[in-house]
Amino acid sequence: MQMRLINRRPGRPLTVFLALLPFVLALIGYTIASEIRLAANPADKLLPAPGTIIDTAVRLFTEGDRRSGRILLWHDTGVSLMRLAIGVSIAAIIGLVTGLLIGLLPHVRAALGIFVAVLSMIPPLAILPILFIVFGLGEVSKVVLIVIGITPFLIRDMSQRVIDIPTELIVKGQTLGASSMVIALRVALPQIMPRLIQAVRLSLGPAWLFLIAAEAIASDLGLGYRIFLVRRYLAMDVILTYVLWITALAFLIDWALRTLSRRLYPWAGEGL
Amino acid sequence: MAFVDVENIFQSYGPRPIIERVNLAVAEGEFISIVGASGCGKSTFLRLLLAEERPTRGTIRIDGAEPALEPGRERGIVFQRYSVFPHMTVRDNIVAAEAFQTRWGFLGGAGRRAARDRAQETLDRIGLGHMGAAYPAALSGGMQQRLAIGQALTARPRVLLLDEPFGALDPGTRIAMHDFLMELQRETRMTVFMVTHDLEEGFKLGDRVIVFDKPRWDPTDPNAYGATITYDFDARNGGIPFQTIQEDTHVLQPV
Repeated sequence: MQMRLINRRPGRPLTVFLALLPFVLALIGYTIASEIRLAANPADKLLPAPGTIIDTAVRLFTEGDRRSGRILLWHDTGVSLMRLAIGVSIAAIIGLVTGLLIGLLPHVRAALGIFVAVLSMIPPLAILPILFIVFGLGEVSKVVLIVIGITPFLIRDMSQRVIDIPTELIVKGQTLGASSMVIALRVALPQIMPRLIQAVRLSLGPAWLFLIAAEAIASDLGLGYRIFLVRRYLAMDVILTYVLWITALAFLIDWALRTLSRRLYPWAGEGL
Repeated sequence: MAFVDVENIFQSYGPRPIIERVNLAVAEGEFISIVGASGCGKSTFLRLLLAEERPTRGTIRIDGAEPALEPGRERGIVFQRYSVFPHMTVRDNIVAAEAFQTRWGFLGGAGRRAARDRAQETLDRIGLGHMGAAYPAALSGGMQQRLAIGQALTARPRVLLLDEPFGALDPGTRIAMHDFLMELQRETRMTVFMVTHDLEEGFKLGDRVIVFDKPRWDPTDPNAYGATITYDFDARNGGIPFQTIQEDTHVLQPV
């Protein structure tokens, strides 16, 4: 009998094959496009051959700068990750605390609910010039851009998650004698912690976007700065190496957060 | 004055009356089953008893105290769903009944050890002693409801409220839970209110079965009138009233 497509599941080997397929296809597509361009013009810089990219990557990861001797890629990575970590941590803490207050306390909800909804509609990049003017061109303005960029989303998501906690559990806590503080600390907080990690994972994409945007405009070190610097020489091999490196970092961070969430909150069930 | 005294309760949501003119006097240690069709205000009445909502008119007093403004430790509750905290282990769910009274919700040092020991005793009593370290998601429906009842009783409430506690259980587990609950009730002499859809369950467990229904019905506007208590059965002795002789007689009794 012909089974419906929605009921047909791939076996284990096929699953691995299907997971790898898009990567292989993308690589083949790129290689073919690169071959075509290089055949027409061996000096073409737009689509360097995969071999060239690997050579460049090895050079970038291992060889120091000719003038200072420092391996710039590692310094770029360190500075960028530091900015990202500080920005995302501050945003997560503000989102968690404000979300708890809005979700649990009707008075705070009445005061801040609409305000946060309006605030989240401000395009963060549009106020980037203001940040550079107010906070200068140093580290602060870059971190603040990340914070401003993702905090409204985190606040809204966290407040909704708190509101979504079944009323039964909140009432149950009260019948066991819990004060508002105890309800917040022992019922609401642990229930939304896995949600916080999930929300942070979702907001890492925008966080990288804001980081690279800020670094592109004014910086002297950082992954985004480097990409926008070598753009002037059309050094596609360097840009592509950096893009792949950023992608790998972002994927690793995402995977680490997911693993952390499963370790710390085994009761929360499997997520994506 | 009765232990639980419900006096002329009205409750409406906006213009829509849900329950009206409800009066009820319950003695300490009585088991009251509440039955009625869906949408007849049973759950609303339970929420009023719980003080999760306050009535539009009328008062509910427990042991003559002022009507409560919000839920507290004198009223315990077991819901049909979300009856225990999913993020705490089975043992911590019982310990929470003691820890939640503290300022920050945590017990420290000796207090925690003592509470854990008491929690283990409770778990042994309700047959969950071996599951202390598991999360509630690993428990069956019947085990979860036993845990919920154990948790509610640990807080030593004056009145225990049960909102269709066995509604989602299979028939076999349900009967086991009946025995469990009757044994606990005999021991603690707790005053219990139980909302149920199962008439047989209501008569089996309850000392009294009260029925919520709408006494007035407007066919052109079904929501015009609220529900009230229409029957109040004596459910002792298998629901057959007048089986216990009230006064002293000289008639020889079978020994």
